[in-house]
Amino acid sequence: MNFRSSWRKIVNAAMLSLTGLCALVAVAALFFILGYLVWHGGKALSWDFFTRLPKPVGEAGGGMANAIVGSAKLLLLASLIGLPIGFLAGVYLAEFGGRTFAFLVRYTTDLLNGVPSIVIGIFAYTIVVLPMRHFSTLAGGIALGVMMIPIAVRSTEEFLRLVPRSLREGAMALGASRWKMIATVVVPAAYRGILTAALLALARVAGETAPLLFTAFGNRFWSPGWGQPTASLPVMIFTYAVAPYEDWHQQAWAAGLVLLGLVLLTNVAARAVLSRGMFVHRS
Amino acid sequence: MATAPIAVGHAGRGWRPRALLRRLRSGDEIAHLVTLLFAGSVILITSLLVYELWVNSALSRHKFGWAFFGTRVWDPIFEQFGALPFIYGTLVTSFLALLVAVPLGLGAAIFLAELAPPRVSSALTFVIELLAAVPSVIYGLLAVFTLVPLLREHVEPFLRATLGFLPLFQGPMYGVGFLAGGLVLALMVVPFIISVSREVLLAVPGHQREAALALGATRWETTWKAVVPYARAGILGSVFLALARALGETMAVTMVIGNNPQISASLFAPGYSIAAVIANEFTEATGDLYLAALIELALALFLLTFLLNGLARLLILLTTQRGTSHE
Repeated sequence: MNFRSSWRKIVNAAMLSLTGLCALVAVAALFFILGYLVWHGGKALSWDFFTRLPKPVGEAGGGMANAIVGSAKLLLLASLIGLPIGFLAGVYLAEFGGRTFAFLVRYTTDLLNGVPSIVIGIFAYTIVVLPMRHFSTLAGGIALGVMMIPIAVRSTEEFLRLVPRSLREGAMALGASRWKMIATVVVPAAYRGILTAALLALARVAGETAPLLFTAFGNRFWSPGWGQPTASLPVMIFTYAVAPYEDWHQQAWAAGLVLLGLVLLTNVAARAVLSRGMFVHRS
Repeated sequence: MATAPIAVGHAGRGWRPRALLRRLRSGDEIAHLVTLLFAGSVILITSLLVYELWVNSALSRHKFGWAFFGTRVWDPIFEQFGALPFIYGTLVTSFLALLVAVPLGLGAAIFLAELAPPRVSSALTFVIELLAAVPSVIYGLLAVFTLVPLLREHVEPFLRATLGFLPLFQGPMYGVGFLAGGLVLALMVVPFIISVSREVLLAVPGHQREAALALGATRWETTWKAVVPYARAGILGSVFLALARALGETMAVTMVIGNNPQISASLFAPGYSIAAVIANEFTEATGDLYLAALIELALALFLLTFLLNGLARLLILLTTQRGTSHE
């Protein structure tokens, strides 16, 4: 065996192991994040965290009950705005879409998807906070809702397109009108996919902080109704992490663990829904 | 009133009221119209977004003109606003992120698409998709308490001792700064590079590999000289996508970049990015001009990411030829 061919073998082995190493680093990063948060957040997590209001600086204890409820309200509002628009626009693209207009909608959706979240925050600020003259849960929910739209549109379209042609033809042959076919055959057939899409959209906006900074703002107390500023988990993590107090840092870890846990569980659940015998097979 | 477009739509085929009534009763036209309205609302919302940014930044656009992007002064008290330090900070951290993330992501994508057995590959891809789902603020939280001390106490002294002759690695070491921002961003965009590149590599036809292998190329030579060049445009697309992501990334960068509007050659120095200054100063912006200047920054960020995303999608489309985008 001459020098050149053994050199090539060495290069081959070295580069191939390097690519493996790269994959390992990326995977290890997730486990590091998870492990570190469980380690630090686990210590700070207690029943109080879920049931109490934040304490003033210097007083030990307290929790983030208002932020948890605030996040839930924001997400509910976001889903009410983002999911119906996303779903129906997705149905249009998959079932009715013409040429030019559908292309335009798809293109705009991708554009909206790429808009930095902080810019969405400014948008919500100009259309809700400025006219109302104060921060509110409503403004935060609208910001998050706008962020959900593009994810919901594209995944709804994708999953509806996976429904086999034979199913549609069957429904049509039985004399169903187009919308009856969509409502009673196509959408039910793709419901697992649509559910997955909704969960993924929810998980994506659940951790968003930037659009909430100047829409939902923050609140150290409960925020009744929809017209007042509200605390939310991501914003609390941000404020507590950059503050110089040690017990706030502990709370930030706990909040981080709760938020990451929820986001990752939602992601895993979304995939589980999809993999448990999706009616439709990928073409 | 909602019936008007329908009548127009079928005018060509003879406009008969009874036929129209029948179509309406079957519900198809109504369903079409309702979904069309919602699809149109996506366009409406996006246009409104651009309009709001444009109108609300008018004060700053008229006062500073193009000089806004070339001025280094950011002084809210005397109402002098220049975007240069923020543009600089955004570009430096983003390119630093790509410098780390592109080799790492491409390597991992090659491993997942070309080498790993399908079972392992799909398991690892799932983990990497989860990594992409980790919220930005969590990355920031971890970086503040792990990466920043690590940089300050070990990495930066080491870099200064070994590469200190370069202006990049001089000056006081704070831990927070361009380097910290760039590294956090790198970790955040790696999953995007991996998942898009992997898909693009998987789309390379098998005969491309078989031909190289038949000529006696090793596995690595096949990958590097026959597969990767074939997927070149798509990989470049994934890089642009990651760049667009990095430019707009807010929270993690805000937490570690140091928040100081200065232009410094040293990567150790604290800086500022466009997204970070908006996040930090928007709620305390007192004057109308101050607010308009921040909104103009957002407008610039929007246009930049818009261009990059468009370019990225075009490139990915060119390689995979599958039509719609890959998210």
